[in-house]
Amino acid sequence: MAMTESPLDTSNIDQEQLLASAEKGTSLWADAWVRLRKNRLALVGLAILVFLTVVSILTPWIAPYGYEVQDLALGASAPSREHWFGTDIFGRDLLTRVMYGGRMSLAVGFVATGVALVIGVLWGTVAGYAGGRVDAVMMRIVDILYALPFMIFIILLMVVFGRNILLLFLAIGAVEWLTMARIVRSQVQSLRKQEFIEAAYSLGLSRWRIIHRHLIPNTLGPVIVYTTLTIPSVMLLEAFLSFLGLGVQPPASSWGLLINNGVETMEEYPWLLIFPGLALSITLFSLNFLGDGLRDALDPRASKD
Amino acid sequence: MAIWRRVLTPLICLWLTACGGGETNVEMGNREKILQFGNRTEPQELDPHIVTGIPEANIIAALLEGLVAKDPKTLEPIPAVAERWEISDDGKTYTFFLRKNARWSNRDPVTARDFVWSWWRALQPALGNQYAYMLFVIENAEAYNKGDIQDFERVGVKALDDHTLEVRLTHPTPYFLQLLDHQSTYPVHRGTIEAFGAPDQRGTRWTRPGNYVGNGPFVLTTWQLNKIIEVRKNPYYWDADNVRLNGIDFRPIENVSTEERMFRAGQLHITQTIPIDKVPEYRKNNPGVLQVAPYLGTYYYRFNVKKPPFDDPLVRKALNLAIDRKAIVTSITKGGELPATTFTPPDTMGYTAESDLRFDPEEARRLLAEAGYPDGEGFPVTDLLYNTSEGHQKIAVAIQQMWNQYLNVDIKLNNQDWKVFLNSVNLGDYDIARAGWIGDYVDPNTFLDMWVTGGGNNQTGWSNPRYDEIILKLAPAADTQAERYALMREAEAILLDELPVIPLYIYTSKSLIKPSVHGIYGNLLDHILYKNVWLSDADGNK
Amino acid sequence: MFKFTLSRILQAIPVMLVVVTVTFFLVRLAPGGPFDAEKAVPPEVLRALEANYNLDLPVWQQFTHYIGDLLQGDFGPSFRYPGRSVNELIAAGLPASAELGFYALLVAIVIGILAGIISSLRPNTAQDYIPMSAAMIGICMPSFLLGPVLVLIFGIWLEWVPVSGWGDIPGDKILPALTMGSAYAAYIARLSRGGMLEVLSQDYIRTARAKGLPERVVIFKHALRGGIVPVIAYLGPAFAGLLTGSFVVETIFQIPGLGRFFVQAAFNRDYTMIMGSTIFFALLIIVFNLLSDIVAVWINPRLRHQTQGG
Repeated sequence: MAMTESPLDTSNIDQEQLLASAEKGTSLWADAWVRLRKNRLALVGLAILVFLTVVSILTPWIAPYGYEVQDLALGASAPSREHWFGTDIFGRDLLTRVMYGGRMSLAVGFVATGVALVIGVLWGTVAGYAGGRVDAVMMRIVDILYALPFMIFIILLMVVFGRNILLLFLAIGAVEWLTMARIVRSQVQSLRKQEFIEAAYSLGLSRWRIIHRHLIPNTLGPVIVYTTLTIPSVMLLEAFLSFLGLGVQPPASSWGLLINNGVETMEEYPWLLIFPGLALSITLFSLNFLGDGLRDALDPRASKD
Repeated sequence: MAIWRRVLTPLICLWLTACGGGETNVEMGNREKILQFGNRTEPQELDPHIVTGIPEANIIAALLEGLVAKDPKTLEPIPAVAERWEISDDGKTYTFFLRKNARWSNRDPVTARDFVWSWWRALQPALGNQYAYMLFVIENAEAYNKGDIQDFERVGVKALDDHTLEVRLTHPTPYFLQLLDHQSTYPVHRGTIEAFGAPDQRGTRWTRPGNYVGNGPFVLTTWQLNKIIEVRKNPYYWDADNVRLNGIDFRPIENVSTEERMFRAGQLHITQTIPIDKVPEYRKNNPGVLQVAPYLGTYYYRFNVKKPPFDDPLVRKALNLAIDRKAIVTSITKGGELPATTFTPPDTMGYTAESDLRFDPEEARRLLAEAGYPDGEGFPVTDLLYNTSEGHQKIAVAIQQMWNQYLNVDIKLNNQDWKVFLNSVNLGDYDIARAGWIGDYVDPNTFLDMWVTGGGNNQTGWSNPRYDEIILKLAPAADTQAERYALMREAEAILLDELPVIPLYIYTSKSLIKPSVHGIYGNLLDHILYKNVWLSDADGNK
Repeated sequence: MFKFTLSRILQAIPVMLVVVTVTFFLVRLAPGGPFDAEKAVPPEVLRALEANYNLDLPVWQQFTHYIGDLLQGDFGPSFRYPGRSVNELIAAGLPASAELGFYALLVAIVIGILAGIISSLRPNTAQDYIPMSAAMIGICMPSFLLGPVLVLIFGIWLEWVPVSGWGDIPGDKILPALTMGSAYAAYIARLSRGGMLEVLSQDYIRTARAKGLPERVVIFKHALRGGIVPVIAYLGPAFAGLLTGSFVVETIFQIPGLGRFFVQAAFNRDYTMIMGSTIFFALLIIVFNLLSDIVAVWINPRLRHQTQGG
């Protein structure tokens, strides 16, 4: 097959250069920032995310109403001058609830994904790099965790530890890292035999150094992409778990929960679905553009172009 | 690429034919006289002596028939397998005269011996019949079921001949005839059950289509899991001439929104319920298809009276007075529910308890201060427990806010998965917990006998000797209904004064029914007499 | 390759053993039993019920009984549905779920990979943004939202397709397949775009281009093979998930599949059904993860050498 031969055509100088740039970690990130700044969409995404984060942090001071203040007589009302996003069936201000919901969703999204990311990348890299028996054992553990009944696991967590926001992160992180580990492992496996890794090996670099200087940076592309996919699924999983009683307890809320409730009444009170839905979508689009921008900017090979 | 052709061609065909429209289930049902029935969940079983749920009862009522049925409007007893009956002067002995033309769907006659055998089976301890207690009003039935006596001869049921059945009761029981329309007292076909296993064996194949032998207006023809149960007219039913439907299709539809959409799209004649937020919409734009009726059930919160501060009646009363029930039923449940001021729904067979439950935040604050928590100060953080469900959550959120607003007490909401919730309540591991009670029959007893000391459904830890005395001794032995009701009113007054539970509202049953369906009336038990139902050709809704 | 497959099959045995044992004890740890109900069950009835299903025995005896039955391929009777065996319930739900999963996968792979390739060819242009935005919408729209929205538009307002059912009315399979497939399509699109970008910047692709091979050949013959590696790793568990059905989609569209049984089993504490569904799902996970690893090797020959070693 032609492509297995093709790497032979590349000169070793390329490999040396690559190795050198990857070694200089700081310049890699500095280069990336320079490249990221040229990507306008990624910057817009970043700006929106920063804005949303700031709003979330300031919410308790800038929210127009209290998130739990009810006006049962008012009930669900359409957007108006007093309530820009309208009110829910309890007469609570939806703008306020979307703002508070964002705090929850962003926190869960970033923290739980972060947990999944760290475990998944480490696990996948080690398994893929080590190969052989270690790989087999590690990946069979992943299989086992996939197979265990998630619902029972959640119910037990709730019973043993009670309601706790930390548990929510734990539960979500525990399931989301599995696919991440599989993806990273498959990526590492295909990288391991590539010339620049072998070159690094022959230069006498330690295993750990190879893993963390060369393998992990080179798997960043799919990892970033999968991360931008994990954040929305984590936010939606949070809605499901909160509904089951793990995590957010009413009257507090999150975007996932607001959307979940909005679906039920989308014909009667569409604004209860539209506004939280928009908030979630805008966040995810921003994340996505930023993720793509980062992916391109961090590509170790991009410097050659 | 044969595989592609095999997959894509049908897909494309589906796309093309999809837009053709075609006949809806309702149109087909109107033409063929087959009722399209939305039935909530997949039935666990169709054995009348095992099942407990309403979806199961809905299907079994089409397949089997008891001694007595209920009038679909008034719920008064009407003759079914028994043509007529006599009650002795002391009200303890009932003699049923069975109609000679009552037949099983395999043409065997239905005899008094069938009932004796069926009730013997229903009382077998190994069968694990959770509704065996419906028969406990019969002399010695409870002792037999619990294994205290072994000889079934001593249980008060006897076939005097093939068509005469004598039943002896422990006490005069005014609601006894009603129990005879409950599935746990239905007859089952002995030959069929014995052909598929021991009489007290659970889950044999006798309930499968083709095996099931019943004595009701319909026979079971199809049972596809999670999809459909079809019953068709039983030609050997004694009153087959008056059965106007040719069949019923029961569809297990768990999601209420899906059920409502299927109704709108003409796939169902009748639904079991309706999404809460759609009620005002239907009220306004399509009131003809919406049927709302008071239902024999109470939604309430129970206190754990063993746990401070809820061991103090003042605290319970204060919390009760700070609940605006009217706001809950108008703004949250929205289905015409009645704010509850008593535990037994008003006018249950002519019984209404006296009560002064009301909304009075002033008085509530005063009582809470008297209990030692002026302005909610020092009131411990309290868990309000409910099982995971949108509806329960909404009510809890509203009440949490009311207690916070009027009493300045801090309530934490805690929802648990259904089985965990049952476990917590059962173990007394809660502060305040949501509950609901649906009466088994139309009589105050089904709402009051649960609160006796140590009653299986009490679960509050509450106990009152006078209450126990009335419910267990005095009321059952009362000579007249008036005397009995007076005693029960006294008992309920004790309950409402000490408030181990706070009743919130009286349920309503809510269904969507196509205009082509006739003969279904809203009643306290949401009871339908299928042989009374008929379909007209025109569907006024379309 | 044969050796690799064989060793993976042998590895499946301890995996299954762990899954069976852990699940068996886990479900019994969860509070609430299979027979708890709204109206309190009298103690003597409860005892009769428990004796009926061997739940009165010590747990380790229950376990050995269960393993004994399991080795004969018997998952035992369902606690929730007294007349049904777990084998029967799975057999009843599998056809609908598998068929739905197959259509959904078809939707997901065809749309997902095409969108991924299209946008990877001209990154950061409209040709990239439009398919990727569509994919983002697919991800943002969870099935509990997408399903009702599609039903409302195409089922109720336009009356093009039935609102529910499975094989009852022509066209009733379209919306469920789209609803279920779209989320997977979105994932696959994003993953394949990332994978393709990774590969397209590699030297052998440049070489292939430099050799003057037609772009079509370069992309579909050379780049795609490497580009879908992350997709294949994702597809293993995804496929198992698709086959065992989706609770949400099956509930919205009234489909008699496995997903409803699986989720309800956990809520009902139907111990045998939880065990049966977990074992069934574990088998699928093992098989499809193995298949996806084999396919990854087959597609990317660079891996071959090393998997033979391990």
